[in-house]
Amino acid sequence: MSKRIDVKNLDIYYGDFHAVKSVSMTIEPRSVTAFIGPSGCGKSTVLRTLNRMHEVIPGAHVTGEVLMDDRNLYAKETDPVDVRRQVGMVFQRPNPFPTMSIRENVLAGVSLNSKRLSKSAADELLEQSLRGANLWTEVKDRLDRPGAGLSGGQQQRLCIARAIAVQPEVILMDEPCSALDPISTLAIEDLINELKSDYTVVIVTHNMQQAARVSDRTGFFNLEATGMPGELVEMDDTPKIFSNPSKKATEDYISGRFG
Amino acid sequence: MSAPPAASERPPAPAKPPRRPGDVVFSGLSTASAFSILLILAGVAIFLISKALPVFGADPAEVTGGEGFLSYVWPLVFGTLVASLIAMLVATPVAVGIALFVSHYAPKRLGTAVGFVIDLLAAVPSVVFGMWGFQVFAPKLVPLFGWLEEHLGFLPFFESASRTGRTLLTASLVLAVMILPIVTSVSREVFLQTPRLHEEAALALGATQWEMIRTAVLPFGRPGVIGGTMLGLGRALGETMAVAIILSPGVFTWNLIDTGNTTVPAEIALNFPEAAGLRLSELIAAGLVLFGITLAVNLAARAVVERRAEFSGAN
Ligand SMILES: Nc1ncnc2c1ncn2[C@@H]1O[C@H](COP(=O)(O)OP(=O)(O)OP(=O)(O)O)[C@@H](O)[C@H]1O
Ligand SMILES: [Mg+2]
Repeated sequence: MSKRIDVKNLDIYYGDFHAVKSVSMTIEPRSVTAFIGPSGCGKSTVLRTLNRMHEVIPGAHVTGEVLMDDRNLYAKETDPVDVRRQVGMVFQRPNPFPTMSIRENVLAGVSLNSKRLSKSAADELLEQSLRGANLWTEVKDRLDRPGAGLSGGQQQRLCIARAIAVQPEVILMDEPCSALDPISTLAIEDLINELKSDYTVVIVTHNMQQAARVSDRTGFFNLEATGMPGELVEMDDTPKIFSNPSKKATEDYISGRFG
Repeated sequence: MSAPPAASERPPAPAKPPRRPGDVVFSGLSTASAFSILLILAGVAIFLISKALPVFGADPAEVTGGEGFLSYVWPLVFGTLVASLIAMLVATPVAVGIALFVSHYAPKRLGTAVGFVIDLLAAVPSVVFGMWGFQVFAPKLVPLFGWLEEHLGFLPFFESASRTGRTLLTASLVLAVMILPIVTSVSREVFLQTPRLHEEAALALGATQWEMIRTAVLPFGRPGVIGGTMLGLGRALGETMAVAIILSPGVFTWNLIDTGNTTVPAEIALNFPEAAGLRLSELIAAGLVLFGITLAVNLAARAVVERRAEFSGAN
């Protein structure tokens, strides 16, 4: 239930603006890959091309290929809706559906994607997803309360539960902890560690300790100057990036000598 | 009452923040406006009630129809409610459809153009709708009524068809056109305000455009749509000119496609100029009843909106 992603010569645009230049990389299955880099270098942009959420923005488009187990996500015949069912996403700000209860939130994706579930199958999936997101014990007595009534950290884990309930191959997370306190952050980091036994996980983070703690591989993005497209400087095993990077820009960035 | 403190003394402990002149003036003005609206409302209510009172004490035989005020007023209320409800049921789905088209489907330019045309529709005076309904729309409906009579004539609503088309159903449909703009523009506003974050959450789960609208846009916009519908219903309940012109009024009947029935505002408008004495009281009392109905409708709408306030996302 997890897939390998090969990105080949991907150029990403917002209308006429060339946001990211010629990215090529490989994301291994059953591992955590972190994207780091200064603000505006295109980490979120690259992440959003991996489930075709980029093109939701008017005028946004890409050239190049993203292969998931050799299937090109950008081939003409590929339906973006299918891609998004296989590649789940967790956003920077927790965004449970405000009009839905906790239960409905978790099952939102499933009720879109498939035939009707029986009540018992739905209950089972609900519990399994919430347990998977380490949220079950906290909410099991109030599954019919609004999802927006939880704390920020709980809401973010609810969003993770919602994402894993559809049993995707890959989970993308864009700074999932940036709106959270240290304790909730730890809870999510533990969760990421558990998720990687089943899923391919890609996470964007500004927190280098976090990248070092949770990821197996790290990609460093940079941009030469404002207005220039961002680019992938290097990607390697996380310990190597943090101890002995091969590019000077990476070393400057991780040692805080940046800009 | 203590003596004012000497100039050198410090003000007492929980010192009030200083009030700036602009604040004082503005809060005075806005408070005065708030109270004046209450006063005006109270004045209107007192007028209505005092003028309507005689009818409740009157001998039932003297009231129009000869059987007391209740039997006089209920067919009017029935006509009003039926016409407004049909108008609402017809207009709301269309309005929501147009609003979704403008906010989520149409290319930006086309959406703006359609929105503009709908707003223009709101500026058409009701007399014009009345004349159009009378001259153009009613004759066009006659064949439809014939069809209804032929195929659904076993229902009491479609028993026999009118030759002129000047029926309660015609009036209802014209009312639907009249309330379409307000329902549409309120719905469009709330649909446009759906947080991008929630739309993207739905899309990222693998929702199609329509599923995204169903999971994120419609639930978010629901209170707004209800609010817009209530505004429209309010307009339909009180609409006078269009109904007075289109409908050829008559006594109560279940049949919606023949002459008969009338509404409270049309009844008042057509009879008020010559009314005096008890007849005047009757009309005013009918107006009072309409006022009560409108109030009840609005309260009910509020209750519906607030019942799920926790889930509204307004936090
Ligand atoms: N919706 C958009 N329309 C146009 N340009 C955009 C849009 N979103 C991002 N950009 C531009 O694309 C470039 C990359 O942005 P992106 O959000 O991917 O950066 P990031 O690395 O995620 O930054 P941060 O760390 O601050 O989140 C920036 O120059 C940004 O201004
Ligand atoms: Mg970002």
